[in-house]
Amino acid sequence: MTLVLELKQEPDQRLDLAPLVPHLLQGKSAAEIAAIQLQTTRENCAVGDIFDVKLDGAFDKIHFKGGSSRLDHLGAGLKDGEITLEGDCGHAAGRAMSGGSLVISGSAGPFAGSALSGGVMEIKGEAGDFLGGPLDGEIEGMSGGLLIVRGSAGARAGDRLRRGTIVIEGSAGDYVASRFIAGTLIAVKGAGALPGYLLRRGTIILGATPELAPTYIDCGAYNLAFAGLFGRFLRPYSKPAAELLAKRLNRFAGDTSVLGKGEIFFPG
Amino acid sequence: MRAMIANGVRIDESFAEAFPMRGTAIIITAPNLKWARQAAVTMTGFATSVIGCKVEAGLDRDVPESETPDGRPGVRVLMFSMSTDMLQTQLVTRAGQCVLTSPGSACFNDLDAPDRMPIGDQLRYFGDGWQISKKFLGRHFWRVPVMDGEFLCEATVGLTKKAVGGGNLLIMGANFATTMNACEHAIEAMNAVDGAIMPFPGGVVRSGSKVGSKYAGVPASTNDAYCPTLRGIAKSALEEDIGCVLEIVIDGLDEKAVAEAMRAGLAAIVKLGPKDGALRVGAGNYGGKLGPFHFHLKDLLP
Repeated sequence: MTLVLELKQEPDQRLDLAPLVPHLLQGKSAAEIAAIQLQTTRENCAVGDIFDVKLDGAFDKIHFKGGSSRLDHLGAGLKDGEITLEGDCGHAAGRAMSGGSLVISGSAGPFAGSALSGGVMEIKGEAGDFLGGPLDGEIEGMSGGLLIVRGSAGARAGDRLRRGTIVIEGSAGDYVASRFIAGTLIAVKGAGALPGYLLRRGTIILGATPELAPTYIDCGAYNLAFAGLFGRFLRPYSKPAAELLAKRLNRFAGDTSVLGKGEIFFPG
Repeated sequence: MRAMIANGVRIDESFAEAFPMRGTAIIITAPNLKWARQAAVTMTGFATSVIGCKVEAGLDRDVPESETPDGRPGVRVLMFSMSTDMLQTQLVTRAGQCVLTSPGSACFNDLDAPDRMPIGDQLRYFGDGWQISKKFLGRHFWRVPVMDGEFLCEATVGLTKKAVGGGNLLIMGANFATTMNACEHAIEAMNAVDGAIMPFPGGVVRSGSKVGSKYAGVPASTNDAYCPTLRGIAKSALEEDIGCVLEIVIDGLDEKAVAEAMRAGLAAIVKLGPKDGALRVGAGNYGGKLGPFHFHLKDLLP
């Protein structure tokens, strides 16, 4: 069953949607859900003020009808179940999510999938800066799971990523995979300036020839079994990424200004 | 033992007695089937019997490109042993010496089971610090740089404690040629059964054994009751018309796989008939007291 939250109008303050995940709402009635406070200013604002709440019985799926760039922390801390949003959302959607599925039909703000550790998150539109990245003071960004962006992503996507996979079907901005600890990032249409800046370990796969820092070393072109394997895993989630992985790929090792055990692949 | 007759072949009213084993299944892939098979054949060499080889292993089937994890041609290999420790040791040793070394190879788990044994988790140390770990939605792989590129290996493989070893058929014929003909027909049919292997050379063993020996310290010795040259001089289980006995031993990932393989083999032997094939089929057991699995020939007849 599905809990449907239909946006009445554009909210006049930023809202924190973190309380609206299935495991925090179990057993609550429609009236109890409508009373949950979402405000981030001194002006009180409850779910019922913003959304029409439609609920009958138990549910494991939440559907938001209508979005706004003022809706922050959508699906934050999601453990299981499913959240879908028809529209855009604000910053840190899917923040620290550890399981389940989160699908955003529009675009997401900065820090989407921040510190995601499990589950599958999909953004059908564009993603802002610091996709999957850590918030200020945090040591790690994403540490597991799968994050898919059908459009393009802003600067520093995958910052400090430690594990997990990011697929950007469009292009990534500048400094993609900056300070990568390990893990995998694929940008099907390539990336901006200095991909893999201070990358320690991990794999970046770019669909277009990048402008690399001189701290990356050319290791030759290969058809590796690993690319075939990853491509087949990704096919159900992203056909363009799977097609990119089927190509013969140049391997550049780096970033040798730090540990240097990472790699950037691109066809050619 | 009153014999039943099926298409002129005498079927003993007997049963094969089999034992619980630990088993695992892996897929070995390579740029082409030839080299996938080469790695698999090398890995499963000297793996006929746990008595001397510590492990029993064989090729289960070819796996087409569409079904392998990396989209290259592959071969499914099954391995069985009496203990988890021994299976673990043999798996890593054999994968390390025979698969890691084989050009173009990669190695994947092919048994979904909650119990796991490390494989890539051990072989990764060959990478001397250059190995790369890759995880994707619950599966974990290691990429180890080698001289032809990379050796890709799953971190762990599944382990089943429900494997069954020692299913068998004793195929008795007038001479070597007809008995071997029956065996080859049986093996061809049994190879088509998934989840079971026949670990002896080409699936056939000619030196069936009994437990014990007249010599101290020898655990097993020739099965004199089934040696045609001793018919009459030793206590023999063979009639006058039997001039050759060959045995097929089966290990399977579960009881059903062993039964299905025995059923397929028996059907092929019966279909061939006694003229160019076997005159009689029996099965080896220890009176039913040692092994918990009993495969009665009468239940497996076509």
